[in-house]
Amino acid sequence: MMRVVRGFYSVAHSVKLCRPNVICAYPITPQTEIVENLAEMYANGELEKCRYITAESEFAAASILVGASATGARTFTATCSQGLILMSEVLFNAAGMRLPIVIVNTNRAVSAPLSIWNDLQDSMALRDAGIIQIYVENNQEAHDAIPQAYRIAEDRRVLLPTMVCMDGYKLTHAYEPIDLLDQSLVDSFLPPYQPAAYLTTKKPLAFGCYAPPHIYMEFRVAMQNAMERAKAVMNEVFREWAEVSGRDWGQHLEVVYPDSRVFVVSMGSIVGLLRKVVEELRKKGYDVGLIKIRTFRPFPVEDLKRSLSNAEKIIVIDRSLSLGHEGNLSIELKSALYGSSANIISMILGLGGRDIPKEFLEKLLEDAILGKESSGFKGVKDFEEVIP
Amino acid sequence: MKLKINLGAISEPLQSENLKTGDWGTEWAYVDKEKCTACRICEQFCPEGCIEVKEQDKEKFAVVDHRYCKGCGVCASVCPHEAIKMEIKELFRLEVC
Repeated sequence: MMRVVRGFYSVAHSVKLCRPNVICAYPITPQTEIVENLAEMYANGELEKCRYITAESEFAAASILVGASATGARTFTATCSQGLILMSEVLFNAAGMRLPIVIVNTNRAVSAPLSIWNDLQDSMALRDAGIIQIYVENNQEAHDAIPQAYRIAEDRRVLLPTMVCMDGYKLTHAYEPIDLLDQSLVDSFLPPYQPAAYLTTKKPLAFGCYAPPHIYMEFRVAMQNAMERAKAVMNEVFREWAEVSGRDWGQHLEVVYPDSRVFVVSMGSIVGLLRKVVEELRKKGYDVGLIKIRTFRPFPVEDLKRSLSNAEKIIVIDRSLSLGHEGNLSIELKSALYGSSANIISMILGLGGRDIPKEFLEKLLEDAILGKESSGFKGVKDFEEVIP
Repeated sequence: MKLKINLGAISEPLQSENLKTGDWGTEWAYVDKEKCTACRICEQFCPEGCIEVKEQDKEKFAVVDHRYCKGCGVCASVCPHEAIKMEIKELFRLEVC
């Protein structure tokens, strides 16, 4: 059923169809309306066998979900920015305890200075947590990503928290026509969660126990193995989703014009704009293609190597930065392509919601293709730091 | 034999009994049976749960399980009858010349 809804609702509706047992969240802009929508559904009795719990902080929300997930409940939360960082201590634990919590992160810049606007810095901070990260381009993809996230997270070969990352404001607040899923489709795609082990008074267990040096390392290797297995599981799930829903979002990557010699690589909502820009550049005669990275963790190294094996120039568009080094996606891509002779140009733009107009991006990419633009921050004003 | 690790570091009850923490510290608690009145205060305060009042020859007194005692000294400091003393382990009795 096609309906014009906001990004918030596209997520909330999809979460409802996944029949979660526990939803727990703390409000934070630009996420709040997702859980407000879910709270309304809960109040209206639309969520069966579900508890909606209000928490006093994101730390508490994540902790409540760790407990709930350990009892075998299907769990959901949404957060971003400072909230995600406050959750991080708990989320590292959730990953180590192999709890398939599904999180929607509405990507937002981090403080200080305080910014409620969009970039990808928050989820990048959780890069090493053992959480699967999927980045979506638009609200239909966000809507479709939720049942897939549960399937991936709850697969016995994986069992890791999974985070769907959607750009704050650019997606969350945008109205888009969304083909809302039916309950029957989601029910046939996503079976009830069958936990491998769970807490019950009949069989007491402790999750995430103490591991001295002689045993700790094996648990981390087991998590890395699960991440590696997740790559194949995600391929299966993505393919099956394309079949049942009729919408094919690609695999770990979506490659547009695969035979190009120049590639633009990015992720998130900016890919929508890049599609248009790449079309314009091709009309001007440039041999340029586009790679949309859909999964950032596990990082699709083999797929990138294959897709970029003949690339001469790669332009990476980053919207986050590892302070003291460079753009996060560039770091990952350069590591994945180690030994490649391709010229990699790393551009950082759009931090803290800085506007990225189409004309600006088109000029930037054209200049980069022509060798007139090099790596660095783009769209930054000339400034001087002074002491007040 | 292959090492077996539990998914998510999940553990069954009482597995921590296998973790003998008695060799961690430099001291162990010792109970003076004569002074001990079996009041059980030490039992409640011991963070390891390794001091317990037991009955022997119709006498009741606290017994320290040195397989788990980390030598924190909490029992000695809460004992109202000064019946518990912390003593340095043989291993650490070094003579400094």
